[in-house]
Amino acid sequence: MKVVIKNGRVIDPSQGIDGVCDLAIEDGKIKEVKSEKSRGKSQKHENNRGTKEIDASGKLVLPGLVDLHVHLREPGYEYKETIRTGTTAAVRGGITSVCCMPNTNPVNDNSSVTEFILKKAASEGACRVFPIGAITKGQKGEELAEMSIMYEAGCVAFSDDGRPVMDSLMMRRAMEYSRILKVPLISHCEDLALSAGGVMHEGLLSVTLGLKGIPPQAEEVMVARDIALAELTGGRLHIAHVSTEGSVALIRSAKKRGMADVTAETCPHYFSITEEAVGNYDANAKVNPPLRSRKDAEAIKQGLHDGTIDVIATDHAPHHRDEKLGEFDFAPSGISGLETSLGLSMRLVDEGVLTYSGLVEKMALKPSGIIGIDRGTLRPGAEADVVVVDCSREYRVDAGEFLSKGKNTPFGGWTLSAKPVLTISLGRIHEWE
Amino acid sequence: MGLKSKDLIGIKALDAADIEQILDTAAGFKDVLGRDIKKVPALRGKTTVNLFYEPSTRTRTSFELAAKRLSTDVINFSVSTSSVVKGESLRDTALTIQALGADFIIVRHSCSGVAHFLANNLDASVVNAGDGTNEHPTQALLDLFTIREKKGIIRGLEVAIVGDILHSRVAKSNIYALKKMGAGVRLIGPPTLVPDVLRDLDVEIYSDMEKGLKGADIVMMLRIQVERQGKGFFPTTVEYFRNWGLTPERLAGAKKSALVMHPGPMNRGVEISSDVADGMRSVILDQVTNGLAVRMAVLYLLAGVRE
Repeated sequence: MKVVIKNGRVIDPSQGIDGVCDLAIEDGKIKEVKSEKSRGKSQKHENNRGTKEIDASGKLVLPGLVDLHVHLREPGYEYKETIRTGTTAAVRGGITSVCCMPNTNPVNDNSSVTEFILKKAASEGACRVFPIGAITKGQKGEELAEMSIMYEAGCVAFSDDGRPVMDSLMMRRAMEYSRILKVPLISHCEDLALSAGGVMHEGLLSVTLGLKGIPPQAEEVMVARDIALAELTGGRLHIAHVSTEGSVALIRSAKKRGMADVTAETCPHYFSITEEAVGNYDANAKVNPPLRSRKDAEAIKQGLHDGTIDVIATDHAPHHRDEKLGEFDFAPSGISGLETSLGLSMRLVDEGVLTYSGLVEKMALKPSGIIGIDRGTLRPGAEADVVVVDCSREYRVDAGEFLSKGKNTPFGGWTLSAKPVLTISLGRIHEWE
Repeated sequence: MGLKSKDLIGIKALDAADIEQILDTAAGFKDVLGRDIKKVPALRGKTTVNLFYEPSTRTRTSFELAAKRLSTDVINFSVSTSSVVKGESLRDTALTIQALGADFIIVRHSCSGVAHFLANNLDASVVNAGDGTNEHPTQALLDLFTIREKKGIIRGLEVAIVGDILHSRVAKSNIYALKKMGAGVRLIGPPTLVPDVLRDLDVEIYSDMEKGLKGADIVMMLRIQVERQGKGFFPTTVEYFRNWGLTPERLAGAKKSALVMHPGPMNRGVEISSDVADGMRSVILDQVTNGLAVRMAVLYLLAGVRE
């Protein structure tokens, strides 16, 4: 099948492209990106029969986004999300590759779970799924999981996400051992002793709401530890969901020193909203790490701007409606993020924090590089993962319309302007008006 | 003018006029309670449900009696939080109670925000009888009533609150209420239990009790949960008493006319010595008596909002 997406503003930092071009796709691969000038000459001679033409005038054409941090919940928590619904939601959000975290039931800590996920994704998934294996068996932080066997089965990174590896020696061994695979360890940085019982950012608001706070330092001491261990071991470290000013400073100085192989991600909610979103105990704003202060959110933006933070991931964490309804203390943490990620992140372009190219780097190119996949690019020969984004019309976020089973978002009712209107994933064209 | 909300969730949402109105109304009911026949027909035919997820004797009894004095029917509904986590949801329990026809739901729960949640989900009037470490508004109102009764005026008084401020919903509600009514507030206790950020509420913070008590008009003691010992908040109750226990010697540093208050139940010898608790300046039992009048006033005024 041939597809041509015409007249869109194509943004592809992997080739240094930002301009109105036609994007040609053939047999599920990118064929070429033709700029306006070259297009004019050759157009007449082209045989357009059997070619689907898509007019993207006034719209952005980007490589399909790559999300390093997603909870697909299957196996084990299908009432929250499935591989089918999660990948469908991803595609709706312009995301064509998702890395799924291993905290399923059973935990993805052995190759049979990895194989199950990939098999399910191949038969039911709307986009590519790249599993992340557990660092330790059962994510218990006690014994290493079979990393190389899981790697052979298809895992692209390892993480005990949701549960930090508290034992520093275990983390050291994991980083050393992971060097045989040259894959990153994705660290959920949280000192469980410092955060114990906490449900939101620690500060005046937590005290006056009577909710137990989590100080920024609960994250920062572990960021510092993991950077130190990365320097010690030479292992590759990717720091998940950075939420604090102090973490940004630690990562910035580590990168400057150049002794550690470290990358970092943040999520749209850490630069879009603050602890204030908890309001009067809105459990949809309960997330781990918690929404922080205005100062932290500003520091996250600065970190994105200056390159300290490499990646924007969603930490998509869908939950059932009932679980978020009731006592704030008992509600599980997490935000359903796949379908708002691009819209929220595009605000950074409006604010001058990132350029379009910079945004695509953070959401497609760099995450691909971190896990070593050839995605996030519109280079000829690459998989035809493409998203067309309409930035001209404002729309209201309505969680009821989410394709994800998880309707848990603090962004309901927000007005955003960037919306994917067409996504090409796995050779299929998904179009919305 | 009257209260604006059908619920009493916290002092945070009230203004000085609301507080004043509740105290004035309570004064009327206190007169009633001094009569031979202590019951009024004001809310006859209404139903009050005490929904208590935490054990409580004094607050529950006080609400029960207050509701009965207003001639409402009262049902006590005690639930253990642990069974609720696994079983019926908070919302379902509340909806069930509402379906029984409750007009007032008095709720106590170990989680902050529960009163808020119920108020948003129910048509009945919800009265917060203590939610987690958030607020306990009727306790603050009865404390203010007692202060006003004894001192005549609240504005300009210096009130020292001593103990575990961080975990105390009584302290939180009192801080908001006292500030709204124009009193000065000092918080005294170990830094582990008195968060510095509270300075942003325009209160003074002391870890040295002698300094903090100097010139105070009111000394409000908080119950120390003995379980906090050994959790790193303070080493032992012995050391706690040494540093922050209210003794006659320490009380002598406050104003001569200073009153001693305590929301109860007291730990004698941990936060307060028996000499002070039973002494001339203690108004601890007046607080209990006034609680009844204040809770009658709250139910009465909320019924007015609903009509």
